[in-house]
Amino acid sequence: MKTQIAVLVGAFLLLAAWPWIGSSYGMDLVNKIMIYALLALSLEVLVGGTGLICFGQAAFFGIGAYAAVKFTPSTGEAPSLLVALPISIGLAGLYALAVGALSLRTQGVYFIMVTLAFAQMAYYVVHDTPLGGGTDGIYLYAKPALGSWLDLDKPLAIYGFTLASLTAVFVLLAIMRRGQFGRALDGIRVNELRMRATGFSTYPYKLAAFTLSGAIAGWAGFLFAVKDGFVNPELLSWHLSGTVLIMIILGGMGHLRGAVMGAFAFTLLEELFRSEAVFGSLSKHWHLGLGLFIILSVALLPKGLAGLPRQIRERLAGKLLGTHHIPADDAVRPQENT
Amino acid sequence: MDLATFLIQCLNSLQYGLLLFLVASGLTLIFGIMGIINLAHGSFYMIGAYMAYALAAPVAATFGGGFFSTLLVGLLLSVVLGYALEWAFFSYLYDRDHLQQVLMTYGLILVFEELRSIIVGDDVYSVAPPPFLSGSLALGEMMTYPVYRLFVSGVCVVLAGGMWWVFTRTRLGMMIRAGSQNREMVQSLGIDIQLLFRIVFAAGVALAALAGMVAAPVSSVYPGMGSTVLIICFVVVVIGGIGSVRGALLAALLIGFGDTFGKVLLPQASGVLVYVLMAGILLWRPMGLFKS
Repeated sequence: MKTQIAVLVGAFLLLAAWPWIGSSYGMDLVNKIMIYALLALSLEVLVGGTGLICFGQAAFFGIGAYAAVKFTPSTGEAPSLLVALPISIGLAGLYALAVGALSLRTQGVYFIMVTLAFAQMAYYVVHDTPLGGGTDGIYLYAKPALGSWLDLDKPLAIYGFTLASLTAVFVLLAIMRRGQFGRALDGIRVNELRMRATGFSTYPYKLAAFTLSGAIAGWAGFLFAVKDGFVNPELLSWHLSGTVLIMIILGGMGHLRGAVMGAFAFTLLEELFRSEAVFGSLSKHWHLGLGLFIILSVALLPKGLAGLPRQIRERLAGKLLGTHHIPADDAVRPQENT
Repeated sequence: MDLATFLIQCLNSLQYGLLLFLVASGLTLIFGIMGIINLAHGSFYMIGAYMAYALAAPVAATFGGGFFSTLLVGLLLSVVLGYALEWAFFSYLYDRDHLQQVLMTYGLILVFEELRSIIVGDDVYSVAPPPFLSGSLALGEMMTYPVYRLFVSGVCVVLAGGMWWVFTRTRLGMMIRAGSQNREMVQSLGIDIQLLFRIVFAAGVALAALAGMVAAPVSSVYPGMGSTVLIICFVVVVIGGIGSVRGALLAALLIGFGDTFGKVLLPQASGVLVYVLMAGILLWRPMGLFKS
């Protein structure tokens, strides 16, 4: 527990110092990754926290992004952050509330596909109606600011604000996970029937988790729109929903840090396999490397990246004792890790 | 809409729906019987289409045959591919979490797409239908309908009939149906479930690849064709009810007609129609139309 907090604080300090270490390209990259990490955290609330697999997370992300653009006055006057951000979070949360209220009637794979269906509906509304500006997307005229001391048009300001958002959400979710609400979600994930039998009405809990998840995704979308100053329908596409899901599986489900690690690992691996300096002419076919890495990671890391230290410890302990170690069943173990 | 246009749209719907059924039936079988979420299924469709393009020249040079020899060679290759993939990758996934399967098959998609790009390239290709099927039938006074599209529908109907026969009239079909109901019981009756899985998987791959091959002259061959088909086929599978071949047939025809007529009658909402249909059906019947 102590080492975990030390590692998390260390990671935070490294991220905070990064703008002075890395190049401007590196800073922009890490900023993008942190936004993905926030999006991955939002999905982790559902997948790892509640056992609900949502395949439409990009819709909430995109709604947050489009709200940031649509509610900016075209006069070029910078909107207040205190107004713009809550609008993005609120609209994404509202759509999540509606989608959740309907799709939580279904279960398992059917739930996955219904969430996809509602995300695709949002995608086509943005893609095919004048509301979303079509395939080309829309530019953001003025970036939000907070009085005179935080202007999100500056790269360092948006970097700092992204890091602060990620940290705040991470801490908030970590606290939530230990509280009554998080325990109830844990119970629903492990055995929903038993939760109902003990007198919990599980539907409101699941709906609350779904809405919270959508709202956080909207927050991430807001940051994305402000960072790039541009939105397009691809932000709502199922490719992004799938990628985020892949990130948290790669990172290891059931841990908040897994979501963040997955976002970093996935995006950095993409960069690595794409880099011409490392792979030369093969970098054109970077999907191949990434695909092979993912297949290998499924074979070698059944608990994801976040489970790697424990896997190594168990392997070493097994070697030392000379016995076959039987790993504890994670599904039954109460969630202590963040 | 006059009668001839209506008829043409009906034939198009039928052809599209039946083709979807061919891909989706493999997906629903692999899902229902083996419990594997196979995201790479769309890739098999893509591989089939590219085989129809890339194998044509070498097959003509070796066997001197035309379209049908290519089809046969492609079919054999896809059965071998399916059998080998099950042995190399999927047999380890049965005990794993569903999401681990999602991750693994996602990795496979990336690998297949990139191998396709390395071997064949990223261009769009067209495949010529065999000469005796390349004509058109006259419908009414103004309209014509390509014979090849009728041929595609015909192939799909024959295969659907063949599948029905295998399922209901053969010993293999009996074992497959039993395996989808209760895997352990089938195993304890002394049936080699590993072999059964391998056959089902190879058949599923072959069906998807065959659908890709016969669709190639109609839709042309392009990168990314696999992922479009994959999503629509998942829609078909869940509307029909997971594991139900009958449900997949009904759902595929529903999607075929809905999508084709949606494009004609409501062109501005055509993309979203399929998803509205799925959401509506699943909210009405949360386990699909035919949950076995």
